[in-house]
Amino acid sequence: MTAALRLKLENIVKEYPGCRANDGIDLTVEAGEIHALLGENGAGKSTLMKVIYGVVQPDEGRMLWNGHEVRVSSPAQARSMGIGMVFQHFSLFETLTVAENIALSLPPFEARDRKRLDERIREVSERYGMALDPRRYVSTLSVGERQRVEIVRCLIQESTLLILDEPTSVLTPQEVSSLFATLRQLASEGCSILFISHKLEEVRNLCHNATVLRQGRVSGDCRPAEVSANDIARLMVGNDTPISTQVPAAEPGEVLLNVSALEWKSNDPFGTSLKKVALELRKGEIVGIAGVAGNGQDELLKALSGEILVDTGRISLGGENIENLAPDQRRDLGVAIVPEERLGRGAVPDMTLADNALLTASGQGLVERGLIRFGRVREFSREVIRRFGVRCNGENSTAGSLSGGNLQKYIIGREALQNPRLLVASHPTWGVDVGSAVAIHEALVQLRDEGAAIVLISEDLDELYQLCNRLGALCDGRLSPLAPTSELSIEQLGQWMAGEFESAEVSDVAA
Amino acid sequence: MELLTNVLAATVVAGTPLLLVALGELICERSGVLNLGQEGMMLMGAVAGFVAALTSGSLVVGVAAAVLAGIGMSLLFAFMAVSLAANQYAAGLALTIFGTGLSAFLGAGFVGQSIDGFTRVAIPFLSDIPVLGRVLFDQDPLVYLSLIIFAGVAIFLRHTRGGLLLRAVGEDPEAANANGLKVLVVRYLAVAFGGGMAGLAGAYLSLAYTPLWTENMTAGRGWIALALVVFATWRPERVVLGAYLFGAASILHLVLQGLGWKSSTELLAMLPYVVTILMLILLSWNPARTRLNTPLSLGQPYRPGR
Repeated sequence: MTAALRLKLENIVKEYPGCRANDGIDLTVEAGEIHALLGENGAGKSTLMKVIYGVVQPDEGRMLWNGHEVRVSSPAQARSMGIGMVFQHFSLFETLTVAENIALSLPPFEARDRKRLDERIREVSERYGMALDPRRYVSTLSVGERQRVEIVRCLIQESTLLILDEPTSVLTPQEVSSLFATLRQLASEGCSILFISHKLEEVRNLCHNATVLRQGRVSGDCRPAEVSANDIARLMVGNDTPISTQVPAAEPGEVLLNVSALEWKSNDPFGTSLKKVALELRKGEIVGIAGVAGNGQDELLKALSGEILVDTGRISLGGENIENLAPDQRRDLGVAIVPEERLGRGAVPDMTLADNALLTASGQGLVERGLIRFGRVREFSREVIRRFGVRCNGENSTAGSLSGGNLQKYIIGREALQNPRLLVASHPTWGVDVGSAVAIHEALVQLRDEGAAIVLISEDLDELYQLCNRLGALCDGRLSPLAPTSELSIEQLGQWMAGEFESAEVSDVAA
Repeated sequence: MELLTNVLAATVVAGTPLLLVALGELICERSGVLNLGQEGMMLMGAVAGFVAALTSGSLVVGVAAAVLAGIGMSLLFAFMAVSLAANQYAAGLALTIFGTGLSAFLGAGFVGQSIDGFTRVAIPFLSDIPVLGRVLFDQDPLVYLSLIIFAGVAIFLRHTRGGLLLRAVGEDPEAANANGLKVLVVRYLAVAFGGGMAGLAGAYLSLAYTPLWTENMTAGRGWIALALVVFATWRPERVVLGAYLFGAASILHLVLQGLGWKSSTELLAMLPYVVTILMLILLSWNPARTRLNTPLSLGQPYRPGR
């Protein structure tokens, strides 16, 4: 590794109203180095990236680029200096083609000749093992392919520092290893990479150095390959937070949910249709559904909740057919749903926690003869807050004022207190701090032990392996077979996530 | 045949003001800004064009004044809706109310006066083509201008970098900003183009269609243009189709009356609006194509992140 300094940050401070997002951060990245930036959500990683990329201006501090002090006032300037960024939520335009997307971020004289641009895209993408067709519309690309577009775009701009924001969270294990091969090749050619993640094993596998952030400050530097994942986790979360839950084995009972030959055709051209989905779920077990985002997870959740009515197929809950019932009727039968978006679908941001409780728990004696019993609503809400350790200013604070983790605990708690027979939870710990994630996991396991059947839809494979006793994957609206977690290798699951499986008709291996 | 040719030629004339204002609004909406002030901007264009032409004696001066009036109105809107990120619906409605009132006030002294409006100029050779020649190439200069602008808008959207910028900003201003595009500049220019076109459409009404000024002479064309753009799924060629369809239906009701059709004139006067909307609803049935052309950020104010 050469010792040339590519980027040096000194004492970066960025303050937002009510929150010091970056509080005196130092960071150095050398040429050809893969440097990890680690930290929990809210630790200040995103803010620091935005500072480097010129999206926001720091309040204090210096930035040195190749040894010279610079002030980056806009992303355009950052890019002209050679800083490229791959966002977690891609900054691509779905209604434009790959080439058009790339053309937009090039200077006009380079983008004018579309044929040459197409050739350059093909050339660069093939050289780094990321095949791309420049003429395809981005809307038709998979998430992994979209990420390639972002990376190829940076490479065509001849970036010498590539910032990747949680690049692996949307990829299958196989896609992750090919991404890593690309990144190593880039680094060996002298490109510096700033790799933002909270997946410790990946960081240990890929990165030369790591800087760990906690609450806006640097809590430690390390060489990730030389320390254990546990040590890094301690740097991330501090000393007083449990890092994981111990999950006792499940004792599944009789079959509760039986879904067979579910078909639903999406009207949205960018949506996913459900194809022949079948699964069987027993009381007292958690079944995990893995899959890359956008492969039908949301549609499956909606089909189970009743938000969409399937075209054909059967959903039976405890022997009763429910596929034609509306969401509220299913809720009355004991179906509880925790959707992916906390704000907007799980809860109404501008309403109080108490009012939000009423949204799904109105059947719990909170409404009598059409009139709301506010006393009971507040009591129910306080009970959720107390039992699930929701940190907030009482039941009258608005849902939008809670942090992601606390609101999620509240939503899970609201459903759990209604003693559901079936709980469908989608990405329950997405963007949630480690402490809340542990609490949420514990709540799910407790519900399971009380005899509820749980469907856990998640992209976090660690979470799925930890909590579920059977696992399967969705790909393009088809569900793989479900296999007992202990017998399912991560490679096998990765192949399922990529769609390599037979139809799910014969899916039920009793756990 | 003669009747048909006449009807078609009149159709183009009746459809032109709608085509002009709708093309402007199409560009504006493609940038993600919904300007409900079309009616107000058209009226200001109509009165400014008429007064300028009357006092200067030059139709060209009139048209220029109308375009400037439209742009001026739209900049007022852009300041509220783009710079201050105010609610676009409210700002647009305010603009229409403001324009309606102000144009009536400014034009009060000119009601009843008339000028010599634009006359037809036949294009040599082309106008000799049977039917089509009379319909498209024996019209007034503003009709030709509207066709040139249509071609320009279609090419701009599909084949130029500027069009790409516009579509990108309209789809996702956040991503556009992250890519280093100047979202607010693009939106300002788009809104101003929309204003200029609305002004021009107003001028067409007061200088060519019926060369005089009356209060509220746009008769809701600004509103129908807004609907037209949506149902045309933001595609210029469908805007032309819709605009001429509207023109045809409005001519049809005159023809029917002329033929002695004994029906309520109010009902017949509704015809163009109903027919246009129905046709376009049928046309915009395919959700996949629609989605590719819809500016996803439409109506959402955007503030660059701080």
